[in-house]
This record gives sequence, structure tokens and C-alpha cells, in this order.
Amino acid sequence: MVASTPAKKLFSVTLRVWRQASPAQPGKFADYPAHNVSPDMSFLELLDVVNDGLTVSNEEPIAFAHDCREGICGTCSCTINGKPHGPGKGVATCQVYMRSFQAGDVIVVEPFRATAFPIIKDLVVERSAFDKIQQAGGFISARTGAAPDANSILVSKATADLAMDAAACIGCGACVAACKNASAMLFVAAKVSHLGLMPQGQPERDRRVLAMVQTMDEAGFGNCTNQYECSAVCPKTITHDFIARLNRDYVGALFRSKLQPVSASAGGGA
Amino acid sequence: MAKLDSKIPFGPLADKWQQHKTQIKLVNPANKRKYEIIVVGAGLAGSSAAATLAELGYRVKSFVFQDSPRRAHSIAAQGGINGTKNYQNDGDSVHRLFYDTLKGGDYRAREANVHRLAEVSANIIDQCAAQGVPFAREYSGHLANRSFGGAQVSRTFYARGQTGQQLLLGAYSALSRMVGQGAVELHPNSEMLDLVIVDGHAKGVIVRDLKTGAITRHSADAVILATGGYGNVFNLSTYARQSNTTAIWRAYKRGACMANPCYTQIHPTCIPVSGDYQSKLTLMSESLRNDGRIWVPKNKADIKKEPSAIAEADRDYYLERIYPSFGNLAPRDVASRAAMRMCDEGRGVGETGLGVYLDFADAIKRLGEPAVRERYGNLFDIYHEITAENAYQAPMRIFPAVHYTMGGLWVDYNLMSNVPGLFVLGEANFSDHGANRLGASALMQGLADGYFVIPYTIGDYLAQQKPSAQLNINRPEFKQAAESVSAQTQQLLNNPGKEPVSHFHKRLGKIMWEHCGMARTKPGLESALQKIPALREEFVANVKVPGSAETLNQSLEKAGRVADFIDLGELMCRDALTREESCGGHFREEYQYPDGECKRDDEKFGHVAAWEYQGPGQTPLRNIEPLNYEFTKMSVRSYK
Repeated sequence: MVASTPAKKLFSVTLRVWRQASPAQPGKFADYPAHNVSPDMSFLELLDVVNDGLTVSNEEPIAFAHDCREGICGTCSCTINGKPHGPGKGVATCQVYMRSFQAGDVIVVEPFRATAFPIIKDLVVERSAFDKIQQAGGFISARTGAAPDANSILVSKATADLAMDAAACIGCGACVAACKNASAMLFVAAKVSHLGLMPQGQPERDRRVLAMVQTMDEAGFGNCTNQYECSAVCPKTITHDFIARLNRDYVGALFRSKLQPVSASAGGGA
Repeated sequence: MAKLDSKIPFGPLADKWQQHKTQIKLVNPANKRKYEIIVVGAGLAGSSAAATLAELGYRVKSFVFQDSPRRAHSIAAQGGINGTKNYQNDGDSVHRLFYDTLKGGDYRAREANVHRLAEVSANIIDQCAAQGVPFAREYSGHLANRSFGGAQVSRTFYARGQTGQQLLLGAYSALSRMVGQGAVELHPNSEMLDLVIVDGHAKGVIVRDLKTGAITRHSADAVILATGGYGNVFNLSTYARQSNTTAIWRAYKRGACMANPCYTQIHPTCIPVSGDYQSKLTLMSESLRNDGRIWVPKNKADIKKEPSAIAEADRDYYLERIYPSFGNLAPRDVASRAAMRMCDEGRGVGETGLGVYLDFADAIKRLGEPAVRERYGNLFDIYHEITAENAYQAPMRIFPAVHYTMGGLWVDYNLMSNVPGLFVLGEANFSDHGANRLGASALMQGLADGYFVIPYTIGDYLAQQKPSAQLNINRPEFKQAAESVSAQTQQLLNNPGKEPVSHFHKRLGKIMWEHCGMARTKPGLESALQKIPALREEFVANVKVPGSAETLNQSLEKAGRVADFIDLGELMCRDALTREESCGGHFREEYQYPDGECKRDDEKFGHVAAWEYQGPGQTPLRNIEPLNYEFTKMSVRSYK
């Protein structure tokens, strides 16, 4: 019961794609013409079709990262015509449809570029630096089984909604790719704000922000110079206001970290 | 013949889990660090299990084929998670969730498992709230609820339309915490390609590093598979493109039984197919059925008209008409088949005639557009991105699509397969949903298994085993498994074929959808059992896999997965053919009531079918685990 393709006007484009066989080898652009493109096709579906063509003609297909294809897993990561995730607003690469392009367009496709995101192959980059930042402090320590009744801690609707705005981050790294400094501030700000807004996140709030920022710096991400390219390309339209919140949290935590209780160095006791 | 002992504890239903927990063996805290556990998969079940086991003190190795645990497909679940908090004071209870789930599953699940699931559901909500999951709240600060299909109470907790994402990020943060402490060794970009069995016990896995192609061997005292479902056997589904059956299929080939593989869930509310290039079907959350009304034109002559031009009197709100007490919130299998019947009658809408309307006009009139936008805004946005249509102004068009697989590896009450030491969690096992899963129950089961069941039950197994930390990965069992993985890789790469893998996947998907999809028949399944082996022969002779084994090679990954899907598809058809009844998601046209509802045969098929591999080309063995209903009556499911 697969539907026949409706009679929509088909067109042709050229994909100019970054090809790089391995991290150590130099890369270059290569052109691939694509014909019979339907406007209802997704951009990644066009890559699927081009790749099948390459396979049949004995060429190696284009490696590209993708998984859920509904804009939530954060795997897909192409810079299309110079913009991470392409022409749409508030969408990931997998949610770009060919109706966004014109017949005859040359579409330039590159990986997300940043020192902290080394290229693995073609359009696929290594983003494990994000996981390292999470491991440093992106959590609320809540041992399984030790939780109180969920309604015992009330959270105002406004707080929960704002925390959810920040928590919507999919960890794709477009913010880093868009930033001229390759800064991960929007990513870190989203996580720090989500957890720092929730009452459950207060006990570890200072420790969290200090640890996450330190790990971010060590991973080779740059600093924020308030250009807001990050929020402009964010597929979840996370606002750069959270960066201001991160800075406030960080400065406060830094001050408070100097005020150690006397007992802090007193050892474990009897 | 496999020994299938369900190990259901004795005693009254409501006491079984409590009593079992007090009776099973424990591993003392100092000894826990001597045991190593492999967890494959890092969705809700895998991440929650890995984090919790590490918290307990076990040494955990976590393997995930995605580049980060946060990308596992649990992330895409939209609508919510059930929990019997009864915060709404609307009559919910553990027993009611138990009963709804059992009935929703068309009386094909184990009573004891389902009851345990309902019991721990409230703990899950507590656990997730403590992790900082930003659940939807009332203005008072209390948690908000919504309703889901197959229930008459509001027990579903949610975080906008991204509940799966938020719960997974909660589990991922717990896992990240343990990775940061060095208690979990995380292996992303790592695909399990074989299970290693030593002296009859699961003792390790063979893994391919997807970035470098390196094949490595890993030993452990127990292996947990939490690798999700196999709906991509249909090619087009709501699954992530890379979701696959390989981990559980390779375990099946090592002796683990595959239970009820034909139980497939077809979700009623997905965006219809638009063309042959299509790679993915996108779900529109079931939560939309809280406020959206489903209809088709009463008259065939109206199907090409603009929906706004069809008068109220000429619309057939068929779910409300046929199932007045559940209406638009009828369970998924029921709602999907009803949509198919409408399309079969020639009343489907859209360019292909394979669609029905999901209409929000009444809700917008009642609540106002801003309230509808707040509840479902992100779903309306997704709909707009894909179809370029505005669902605030005109109804959505939806059609059923493959969404979940209730079948999976057979497990006992302790979630251990028939291979000792091999545990299976979440969608990868068969245990809790019977023949149909209710909405908002997948997240619940994944987290129940990982946070609250396996931490207890795995101890019972390990306490009876000596720690085997020194198990040598150069033993013949590991060597043989690793060599067979390498041999398959080389065979695929050297094959002198001409067709890309995707061609075979598409063809398999068409066979499965046509013959083993929403409605199944004896002749259809028999013809599928002819077509699939022929497709396999063609695949072996003609698949073309470019590139090398030593780098990232997505064609190679796909080829291995599709080869397994072909084998699994055949088993699904065999299972569907043998099960001569209709139940839940398994609908055999020969077995239905005059009104088109499922006709079960409890006498002949009130059991679990657990298939046992007998070697390549051999017909697998069909083992049976009888379902003994001690506390509930297997009745005819009615939502009227």
C-alpha cells in the first residue's frame, strides 16, 4: 500500500559536497548533479538517492550523520549554503525539504566545522566533547530509589516552562558551527539553565556550572562575543538569554566557591 | 527444545513483586565491584539500567551504536508516560493501570509482569522529577496530566510534546554522572555484532567500532540487551533510520528464543506517505486525539473536496460513532484498523486516498488557538514542515504507520532470556504489552525495567555465579565469534553485486507491509514465505557494498542490518501464519467478528510462541509458554 508519487513538478539541482576520506587526509568539494527532485523530498532523502546512484556507479557514497529524521535526536549535522542546518528557521538538517530550493541551485554542503569537532569522514564530525561536558556536571545527583513523591516539590508553571525551553536542546552542535569563535556557550547555557532553574537542581548549582564551564574550556571551544549566530541557527530556537543566565550563575558560583565552610577541609570524621 | 520457565512467583498478584524482592539473592556491596556487566543500547532502558547498576557498585560497560547515548530513539517519543499517581482523583489505581494494560494487550501478556509494571510506575515519575525532568505543571506547581488511548482516567505525565526526549535526557544525565565517576565505561559508535556464550552462559559480545572498523571482544559476567524494537523490517516506519534488529537477532542465532515476533503496532496517527524516495514516516502524537476529532466524508463523492466545503452532516466521525465510550481515544490497533476500513471503503482523503482527517476546529473553538498552540504547537510545526500545510486552519491528514514491536526476545519474570546471563530490557523483550501496547506505556516499561526491575533481578543471577573478571577473551568461543563477524564483513564487501542495500530493504518492506502489516491472511503469509527466501537469495547474489572495512562505512552497517531484517521478516510471517487467531496488533482476516473486531482463540492460542533457531535454512522450533490467567478473566475486548 505504498502511495504513488503525486504529480508535483520535479526539478534538478547540483550538490557541492565536502568529501574527506579520513581525519588525516585533506578534503575537497565535489559536485553531484541530482535530477527528478520532488519538492516534498527531504534534503537527506535526496542524499539517500544520490548515494544509491554513487553506489551503482562504483563510487563511495557520501557519509552523513542522521538517525531519527524528525528533528529530535540531534545526529544530523550539515552546513547547507553556509548555514548550519540550512535555510529553515528552527529546524534540523533532517527537516529541510527540497521545496526550500530552486531549480538549477548549486547547494553547498559541508560538515559542522569547529576545532572541538574533528571531521571523521565527509560530513560526519566527532562531537564527544559535548558528552564530556555533561559528564563533568550536567546532572542532578538523584540515586535511583531515593526520590521523594513527585508532587512534594512544587515547581511553578513559569519556571517549569522556562526550564523546558532550555531543556529542549538536542545537542546537535549547530551553535558551535555557527559561531566564529566555535563557542559552546549556548549548549552549556541551555543545560545549566534547565537544571539550575529547577528546585531539584539547587544543591549542585554552583558546582555544576563551574565544572561544565571548565570542561568546555578544556575541550577547545572558544568564548562568547555576543554575536548570537548560535540562537539564530538553533533548531530548537533556544534563546541566547540563557547565556546571560549562565554568566550570572558562573560569576556567582565563582565568588561563592571562595567562601568555603571551615568544616570543608576537616576530613571524613570518625 | 528450549526450557521456558517463566519463574512467576507464587502468591497473590499484588504481593508477588514485593515478596520476590525479599526472597531473591543479593550480592553484597563489596562483592558487586567484582562483577562486570555489559549493557548494549542506551535508550531509556539501557541508560537507566547502566546508571542504576553502576550506582549499586557493579562495573558497567555501555555500548551504543549512536555517537552519544542521548541520541537513542527513545528521544523521539512525544506524548507521555503513564503513572498511577491518581493526582487527578479520578479513580486511578495500580489495579486499573494493570487491567487497562492487560486488556489493551488483548490478554496476551503475563499478569504478573504487567502488575509489576503498574506497581513501579509511580516510582518512575518520582525518580524522573528528582532528576529535574521539566514535566508540565499546573499553575499551582503540581504535575499536570493528560489522557491517552485505552484508558478512562488521566494518568499520563508529559513534557510538552517531547516527553521521551526529557526522560532520556534524565537517564542520560544519570548515566553521564556515572561515566564521569569512572563507574561506567562508555563505548559510543560501537555496534554489537555477536553474543558470546561460554559453557551455556552469556559471557560477552563482539563489537565493531563504527569509526575505525575495529572488531573487539568484550567479556562480562552478564550481558543486558536494551536495543529497542525491529519495526524497520517494514523499511518505512516511525523508527529512527538506524534502529535495527541485529543485536537481538544475533542473540537469537546463539540460542535465545524470539517471542511473538508477529505482534507489531501500527500507530493510527502518522503523516501519510508522499513518494517512493521516502525514508521515514513521522508520528503525530496520540495526545492529539485528546482534542482532535477524526473523520472521513460520509460520501465517496466528497473525498476530493476541500474539507471546509464538507458540511457537518456529511462527515463521519467514525471512532466516536463506532466506539462511543472511548471515542477518539480508542486503542491504537482498533483506531488503525478503523482508518484502514474507511480507506478500503473508498472514503480515504488526500491525493493518494490513504488518509483520514484529524480535525482541531472544535478544540480551537472551545479552547482558543493559543491554548491549542501551547498544548500541541511543536506537533503542528512538524506537520507544517513536512506537508507545508497549516493545521490550525485545515484538518491534518493522517494514516497508520508501523510504530512499535511488542514481540522480542523471550524473558522470564527476572527479565532473563532462556540463555542464562542474557537479560533483555525495554522494547527488545516481549514481556509486558501482549499483542498491543497502549500509548505512554513504552517509556514506562523501558524505565521500569532499567531503574526498578533489573537492579534487583540481576543480583539473583550474579549471586549464583563466581565473578569471572579474568575470563580470557582469547578463548575459542570469543575467537570463533569474532572471526565469523569479520568473515561476514569481508563477504559483504567482496560481493560482486550491483544493487545498493536500500533496494532490498524497500522490497522487503513492501512484502512485509502487504502481507504481514495491518491485516494478514493465510494465502498472503504463505506467499510472503515464498518471496522472502527468494529476496534473500537475490540479496546474497546481488547486493553491492562499496568502501572498506577499516573506516566509517555506512553501506556496510546497513547491509548487515538488512540481512538480519530479511531473516527476521521471514520469522515474523511464520509466526503470523501459525497464530490462527486475531489479537491486538495481529489481525488475521479469517478470524474476526462481523463488526471487524479481533476474534481471539484463547483455547488454542492463549500462549506465548517462542521461536528457537535451528541453524541456517532450518525451520525454527515453535516453543510454547502457556499464559495462565489466575486473577483476571480473558474476556472479549470491547471499547464500545
